[in-house]
Amino acid sequence: MDTPLTLAGKTFRSRLLVGTGKYPDYPTMVRALEASGAEIVTVAVRRINLDRSRESLLDHVDPARYTLLPNTAACYTADDAIRTCLLAREAGMSNMVKLEVIGDEKTLFPDTEGLLAAARTLVKEGFVVLPYTNDDPIMARKLEDAGCAAVMPLAAPIGSGLGIRNPYNIRIILETVKVPVIVDAGVGTASDAAVAMELGCDGVLMNTGIAGAKDPVRMAEAMREAVSAGRKAFRAGRIPRKLYASASSPADGTFF
Amino acid sequence: MAIVVNGEERAVAKGSTVLSLLRELGLPESRVAVERNRAIVRKADYPGTALSDGDRIEIVTFVGGG
Repeated sequence: MDTPLTLAGKTFRSRLLVGTGKYPDYPTMVRALEASGAEIVTVAVRRINLDRSRESLLDHVDPARYTLLPNTAACYTADDAIRTCLLAREAGMSNMVKLEVIGDEKTLFPDTEGLLAAARTLVKEGFVVLPYTNDDPIMARKLEDAGCAAVMPLAAPIGSGLGIRNPYNIRIILETVKVPVIVDAGVGTASDAAVAMELGCDGVLMNTGIAGAKDPVRMAEAMREAVSAGRKAFRAGRIPRKLYASASSPADGTFF
Repeated sequence: MAIVVNGEERAVAKGSTVLSLLRELGLPESRVAVERNRAIVRKADYPGTALSDGDRIEIVTFVGGG
């Protein structure tokens, strides 16, 4: 039996975390979330729509069924991210947050200086901090030292679908920190998710890879299977890569 | 008196509280968070937090995101 994903003492059977943005409509999102098997879903914190005639996300995502993980998307400073987390905690009654401090509009790469500062403050305030960070082992170690409950290095830019650009850095991060490592952002298709898990990551977080697919529900199912297959392959222990062949059939006993 | 709610000016009666504002807007008390002049108002304090002229109120909730 595989061990569950553990974040600050809470355990989860699914190692796939999914976002709730960018779906064509709510019914598609609901079916995709179900197909993904995810237990943790990310949400953003925004001004409530004062015109209540429109549907809202929480009409469709049941917080009793899913663990809502509020993000600090669109925060470009530590102060904005901290303010967002305080509001999220008040709205959601949970202290787990996906911390993002964005450095640049074009790349959406993290501003790790602001990220680390925000993480330190939020940990002191009692938050369970899951930071979206670079694939930088040194920063991962600093975030762990700051008390983050996991580190979430990007595979590639958010929404890019480029897959894992630097598997070697992810491997080094896995050797560097003891907290769970969750690849967050850049996954484009099932094999990307499988690779992340084969490397030994504890989980994968994605949004656009599913929501942006032609058939989000089918892709959600593919991602669930890929995360599961990748995890199994990691635990099974792959064979070493070799340049030349080694025969699978015996050399002895041939009759020709 | 006039306050600003989520960036929009709005007239409210004297003696209004955070709770009466939420009711007036038809908003639930759960799954929202309220800031008054950049300070979070705890849910337990909604009935007792009086609004003043010029207050800036933010009411947020969860929306789809990654």
